[in-house]
Amino acid sequence: MFLSRLRLPSSETQSTLTCNGQAAMSGGCGRNPPPFPDNEDQEAELDTRVLDSDEDDDDEGEDIFTGARSKPITPTSAPDEGDIFSEEGSYIRSDVHHATNGLHSDEELDLFTEATVELTLTNTTSQGRREIIGPTASACNTTHVPNSILKPSIVTKTMEELEEEESGDQFELNIAVTNPEKIGDGMNAYMSYKVSTQTTLPMFLNKTFSVRRRFSDFLGLYEKISAKHSLLGCIIPPPPQKSVVGMTKVKVGKEDSSSAEFVEKRRAALERYLQRVVAHPSLLQDPDVREFLERDELPRAVNTQALSGPGLLKMINRASDAVNKMTIKMNESDNWFESKLQEVENEEQLLRRLHAAVDSLVNHRKELCINTAVFSKIVAMLGSVEENSALSRALSQLAEVEDKMEQLHQQQAFSDFFILAELLADYVRLLGAVRCCFEQRMKVWQRLQEAQSTLQKKREAEAKLLWANKPEKLQQAKDDINEWESKVSQYERDFERVTCTVRKEVLRFEKEKARDFKQHIVKYLESLLHTQHRLVKCWEAFLPEAKAIA
Amino acid sequence: MLLCNVAADHFNNCFLILMLGAVNVDLQTDATLQVDISDALSERDKVKFTVHTKSTLPNFKQNEFSVVRQHEEFIWLHDSFVENEEYAGYIIPPAPPKPDFDASREKLQKLGEGEGSMTKEEFTKMKQELEAEYLAIFKKTVAMHEVFLCRVAAHPVLRKDLNFHVFLEYNQDLSVRGKNKKEKLEDFFKNVVKSADGVLVAGVKDVDDFFEHEKTFLLEYHNRVKDSSAKSDRMIRSHKSAADDINRIASTLYTLGTQDSTDLCKFFLKVSELFEKTRKIEARVAADEDLKLADLLKYYLRESQAAKDLLYRRGRALVDYENANKALDKARAKNKDVLQAETTQQVCCQKFEKISESAKQELIDFKTRRVAAFRKNLVELAELELKHAKGNLQLLQSCLGVLKGDT
Repeated sequence: MFLSRLRLPSSETQSTLTCNGQAAMSGGCGRNPPPFPDNEDQEAELDTRVLDSDEDDDDEGEDIFTGARSKPITPTSAPDEGDIFSEEGSYIRSDVHHATNGLHSDEELDLFTEATVELTLTNTTSQGRREIIGPTASACNTTHVPNSILKPSIVTKTMEELEEEESGDQFELNIAVTNPEKIGDGMNAYMSYKVSTQTTLPMFLNKTFSVRRRFSDFLGLYEKISAKHSLLGCIIPPPPQKSVVGMTKVKVGKEDSSSAEFVEKRRAALERYLQRVVAHPSLLQDPDVREFLERDELPRAVNTQALSGPGLLKMINRASDAVNKMTIKMNESDNWFESKLQEVENEEQLLRRLHAAVDSLVNHRKELCINTAVFSKIVAMLGSVEENSALSRALSQLAEVEDKMEQLHQQQAFSDFFILAELLADYVRLLGAVRCCFEQRMKVWQRLQEAQSTLQKKREAEAKLLWANKPEKLQQAKDDINEWESKVSQYERDFERVTCTVRKEVLRFEKEKARDFKQHIVKYLESLLHTQHRLVKCWEAFLPEAKAIA
Repeated sequence: MLLCNVAADHFNNCFLILMLGAVNVDLQTDATLQVDISDALSERDKVKFTVHTKSTLPNFKQNEFSVVRQHEEFIWLHDSFVENEEYAGYIIPPAPPKPDFDASREKLQKLGEGEGSMTKEEFTKMKQELEAEYLAIFKKTVAMHEVFLCRVAAHPVLRKDLNFHVFLEYNQDLSVRGKNKKEKLEDFFKNVVKSADGVLVAGVKDVDDFFEHEKTFLLEYHNRVKDSSAKSDRMIRSHKSAADDINRIASTLYTLGTQDSTDLCKFFLKVSELFEKTRKIEARVAADEDLKLADLLKYYLRESQAAKDLLYRRGRALVDYENANKALDKARAKNKDVLQAETTQQVCCQKFEKISESAKQELIDFKTRRVAAFRKNLVELAELELKHAKGNLQLLQSCLGVLKGDT
């Protein structure tokens, strides 16, 4: 068990102690929740699902399956046995004797039972079995690598990994979203993206693997994560935005540069989204995230469609939340939250403004690009008319220079957009997510308040009954009071926990934001530098031609 | 040579003492007659130019003197050249365009209206920029007027023109009123007739190879230059807009940077400073492109039009001459009004030959001037672009050095 605790960055375990309860790091308890026999069922299910492919496009399903088969590293479950653990690939696993299921189940059951002990101690809320605290997460992780317990060297290695994770300098998880492919035709078509993961984290089956996902899968992942973690006060990275116009163009099959640009924009956005998700220590532990990265086929996420039932429900919820926000007035014992929220709101405004300016710059540069191209052609024509041969040559050289400038402007606009504009757009949305996180805390507080007032009412009711001397109802009243007292203390603990989480999340977010911005802006400045270099070369080449005019 | 010195702030009563640098066109100045615009004053709708002359010619009362002229008086002078039959064989230097501050004025007005919606720093910055823009337009219009005068002064025949001397010397108002509506309408119709006629005349094939070639060449050249001028304007406008955006980015980054004193905020402040500087350079690049490229093309658009006009006049004279010949033949055949026809024919012949003679030289000179002007401007353009790109490069390198060193 010691191992499982070490798997986490120590800061989180600290908070486990100080925050008096769960660190709210929900981790996945392995790929599937305990107990082990379920795994097998699920593997079998997985198999059939893969084989039957109850997706809309049967052909496509088969393709993916066969595609997966051809890749030796993807964890294709052999139809015969659902023992994924005997897959090749993991460096730790190579030493593992291919244990029989029985042995596995024993070990896992052991670990799981310990895990459940942990659970009760730290008082999980009844939010479903999937939400499990950090320490057990790693316990479950180690079910995949039972030998790691037996090999001390690997223990130290994981400690090193831990330190690296803490310092945040090295990340053993690299995700790339590549190879967008259009699947299907017409209005039912969609883009499928390849999600490749390269990792040294032992909780995954392999070191490198990839799956194909579509946009709604990403949205589905967000929904799942959000449902679980946002109530705890985590900052959930928002997914890229839907775009009916953009997608329709792609579906209809317009093979022009704007739809290519749209696909590239989306691909990059999806990549950044996933990178942010896995950068969050507790989200990384979430089984849904791991399933997303590893599992060959995901069930289609239908409640991400805007006009579906769940979609409308979401909209209604959001509206009611907005109303609630206006009516809740928290009396803050801690000023930090109020001032931080204000800061966040200010920053969001400013980033929006900055984004608008950068957007405008991108558009003007694109315009400049077009105009330069036109001008270049015109100058070439002027040069061809010109009688003086030296001048004519110089003018056609000028046309070439302008042509090169057009390419430079094009590349610069690209950098402007993908390095700067998208960063800003992402952060405007992320700040929105931070605000949501504050709102969650408010909701929890509100719930606590309501419970407290209910408790008060129950106590008053009891007092009334005592006075009215109705002993038969007294017991009920006492029961009620007990129930509400425990609820109140529960909610108090929840509120403490959420407060703690939110604070931590915000600090982590700010660190990440600072790093992100610095990184991207430096990259952007480097692109500007590169452009200026090329400009210098262009004009240096032209100058002698101009001087040669006679 | 004029220098620039901005004295006051408010655009409505700008008192600007300008001394301009490079003039678009390379002109030979000789000591006998030197003309320049030593001063200019912009008030409300009018610009008053102080025309300064230095001359050793006996025609003038003094060796050095100045008068104040307005745009309309330049136009009057130009038109007097055009209408003078004697000068039909010369390329009349194109008239300077009317000073147009409308766009700039509109922008300043919009800025004034939007003052409440932006921070004080932003407002002052934008105001400074618009004033710089206004100044640039002002400088340009002064340059155009000066070039016109210099061209006239450099021309061996036109410099002796009496109207020109009056223009230079008469130190009171020439009472040249702008054309009233009726005259403007007359002008309009004249132009319509002229262009129709021009088409007819152009259709007549010229015996002389040189002129035939020139006709075709100038027509095509004029069109291409027109296109180039229009497109260069659009390109430069986009460039200016991009520079404006960088300005907004710089000021927003500055605001972000002043929110707090964290590491990130300091970072933002440094980047904002960088963008401020690069923005100034980008704006200069756009301005220089405007000056060296767009203005060059605009000028040669007008000059090539003036050359075309010369060819038109010659063509007209040729047609008249040929018609006169035909009339003479007819008269001789009928033996009626022969003397009259003969005189007409003689006059036409002389006119035509006179024009042809000078036109040839004028067109050759035009070519030389054009090549020289393009050379000068293209070289200067390349040098300025290089200078600015290197400046940008240095700024970026030093900033990156600081930023990377910090992190």
